[in-house]
Amino acid sequence: MAAKRKKKLGLKQRYSMLTRGLDWETSYQKMDDVFPYDNYEGIYIHDWEGWEDPFRLTMDAYWKFQSEKEKKLYAVIDSFAQNNGHLGITDARYVNAIKLFLTGVSPLEYQAARGFTHVGRQFRGVGPRVACQMQALDELRHVQTQVHSMSHYNKYFDGLHSAPHMHDNVWYLSVPKSFFDDARTAGPFEFLTSISFAFEYVLTNLLFVPFMSGAAFNGDMATVTFGFSAQSDEARHMTLGLEVIKFMLEQDERNVPIVQRWMDKWFWRGTRMLSLVAMMMDYMLPKRVMSWREAWDIYFTEAGGALFKDLERYGIKPPKYADIATKEAEHISHQAWHIFYNYTHAAAFHTWVPDKEELDWLSEKYPDTFDKYYRPRLEYLDKEEKAGRRFYNDTLPMLCQVCQIPMGFTDMDDPTTISFKVSEYKDDKYHTCSNGCKDIFDHEPMKYVQAWLPVHQIYQGNCGGSEMEDVLKWYKMNLGADNLDYNGSPDQKLWDEWQAHRTKV
Amino acid sequence: MSLEIKTSIIEPRRQTYSHIAKRLGEDKPAARYQEATWDLQPTTNFHYRPTWDPQREIYDKSLTAIKMEDWYSFNDPRQLYYGAYTIARHKMMEAEENHFKFIDKTSMMDLVSGEWQQKVKEFLLPLRHFEWGANMNNCDCSDKSYGAAISQVALFAAMDRLGMAQIISRTGLVLDDSTGKSLDEAKLLWMEADMWQGVRRMTEDSFVLKDWFEMFTAQNFCMDGVVFPLFYDYFDKEGQEHGGSALSMLNEFMQDWGKDERRWMDHLLKVTAAESPENAALLSGWIKEWTDRAIEAFTPIARHVLGSKADEVMAEIRTEINKRAAKSGIEI
Ligand SMILES: [Fe+2]
Ligand SMILES: [Fe+2]
Ligand SMILES: [Zn+2]
Repeated sequence: MAAKRKKKLGLKQRYSMLTRGLDWETSYQKMDDVFPYDNYEGIYIHDWEGWEDPFRLTMDAYWKFQSEKEKKLYAVIDSFAQNNGHLGITDARYVNAIKLFLTGVSPLEYQAARGFTHVGRQFRGVGPRVACQMQALDELRHVQTQVHSMSHYNKYFDGLHSAPHMHDNVWYLSVPKSFFDDARTAGPFEFLTSISFAFEYVLTNLLFVPFMSGAAFNGDMATVTFGFSAQSDEARHMTLGLEVIKFMLEQDERNVPIVQRWMDKWFWRGTRMLSLVAMMMDYMLPKRVMSWREAWDIYFTEAGGALFKDLERYGIKPPKYADIATKEAEHISHQAWHIFYNYTHAAAFHTWVPDKEELDWLSEKYPDTFDKYYRPRLEYLDKEEKAGRRFYNDTLPMLCQVCQIPMGFTDMDDPTTISFKVSEYKDDKYHTCSNGCKDIFDHEPMKYVQAWLPVHQIYQGNCGGSEMEDVLKWYKMNLGADNLDYNGSPDQKLWDEWQAHRTKV
Repeated sequence: MSLEIKTSIIEPRRQTYSHIAKRLGEDKPAARYQEATWDLQPTTNFHYRPTWDPQREIYDKSLTAIKMEDWYSFNDPRQLYYGAYTIARHKMMEAEENHFKFIDKTSMMDLVSGEWQQKVKEFLLPLRHFEWGANMNNCDCSDKSYGAAISQVALFAAMDRLGMAQIISRTGLVLDDSTGKSLDEAKLLWMEADMWQGVRRMTEDSFVLKDWFEMFTAQNFCMDGVVFPLFYDYFDKEGQEHGGSALSMLNEFMQDWGKDERRWMDHLLKVTAAESPENAALLSGWIKEWTDRAIEAFTPIARHVLGSKADEVMAEIRTEINKRAAKSGIEI
């Protein structure tokens, strides 16, 4: 047997020996040529060794944990399919939340994978690079497991068949797409601020908790399972988000104003994108979890408040316009649903007027605003529909140059007036939906003038033709199935048939 | 659940997503690999140009001179998507872990001659930096490449190279009783020893290659085409004569990985070369240039380990690379 006793290394020491010493200062090629992109944003880094590895994971441990999670997840996905799990959901209206997720969110997971691959090569410190590479791989996991979980729904329901094509082309999906394109075309430090910090740390609970608990409440075990499985990756991603912020703030004081501006920008861009989630929560879940307003209070006002208190010592203030966003939480879901109700003939998911019980729930959750502004409008639309005049809006809306949401949101202190801002750049006028978006535009107009705005593109004839029908076909929508009101849809018909059969047996 | 519903009325309306069915044919059930890979990457209507390189789009076919009608033509023969990948690598790693445990328990490393242990410190341990370079190159290729099919393979390879750098590092910790001294010394060799400068120069030169497909070929076909047989077959055999079976055991992961990579690389080159004579010519030029460089760079190390046999071994390795290229339809 062994004569000498072997030394046992601590986790931190072992990680550092296995990982941190791998890189070197190049001399046959200049470091600036090997890492050309990590210093043009104005962020000063004096010592890359100051990076604290947020999760000290070596590849052997990574493969072990992740493969175990994958085995469990795929066992659930398989049994969900074998047991026709889609029959266990509360109502087929719920599937519209899945449609929005697969076309709007899953492609972002892919974008995240490629974005983290990019920064995973570009930082000159080995610590952040390895953390970003692992996250790139995780994000690939997320998109692939989502595609696999939702594949079963696609076999039975409309609107799920062409997610990649739709994400690239359909008007409302340019909201999430432009969000991520914006992050990916930013420098590596801004990318991490936008995705790892603003999105994954500050706002992630407002995206995933609604979707995952919505799934749990509505009997969607496939989504619940991948959601919870992904959640354990997110824990790592969040620590990366916080670490990169602290790293930048601790390295040099001159970084503080840059980081603050990025936080302001990405908070606003994030909340704008989350208006899609807000309407999903308040309108698309047959069995509701909590209202958007409640989620906002818990996950942003409380949790975010504590976080920004913590960052105060670096001279960081809470994001600009956080107060406006909090006011918006009273309105945004209703206004967003209204926009989609108007344009659901051009969308790959269904909308509807909530039934009486659901309207009562909204009245209760939004005592100050719903009965005053939104309920009468919905009741009117309901009456019109029942009289055979389901309303669809045939004019195309103007889009915000930054967030690309149709300019339908109102001034929050005056919910009857549409909010509308104008900037000028090189003799042209550009319209934005809010001061938050206007600030973003004005700081980098040369970036935002490039935006591929779907409505402009339709008018310019770049989207399949001049008739609405041409455009929808170009979107690859199956007309009369993917689009229009839930009432009368093939999804509804099929669901009702299944239910009828169920009661008969 | 709702088992009372007769299965006849819950027939699926479609078998898979439209973009998958378009490639696969209607009404065929799709494999997990296919759904997880095909058309996953955005292709059009990018909103802004990268501020870090405004010449290019976010996803841009022109970042390589290679032209493909369809960037999903080369499907991974191993059908690796994330789940299959992590499960496969964990299995390989489990075996490797058992070898580490066994060596630890039996103090088997003590049976390796001191002279060979010293050699290993000089040839194997500095290679961890080469592996890290391979991580960087594959990460870069994953970033710049077009289509989810090749991009995901490159990302998997990048992580694998980090994993192998860590396995080599652990071998060092077995040799130096976990002090890390051997790793520090190996880094010094990598940075300064004459024997290693050719490899380091080649590695650094590959970092700044503009064409990612060239980088992919240079790293994964040419450099690896030299390193994997040289280190894990020829050096391994040499080690056997010095009681090196403990080290042989630890080479298993790399040996298996090298075979796995060959399957994919040979397939990739075959499909790419078959696409057009222009592609084949580009590949041929890159393979010639980077095989020459890799052979030259590793020759001093081969001589250090194999002595007079080295030149013959390097010639065999070159022949094998040319044979693989020829089999993929590429004349050198
Ligand atoms: Fe994710
Ligand atoms: Fe994430
Ligand atoms: Zn806006």
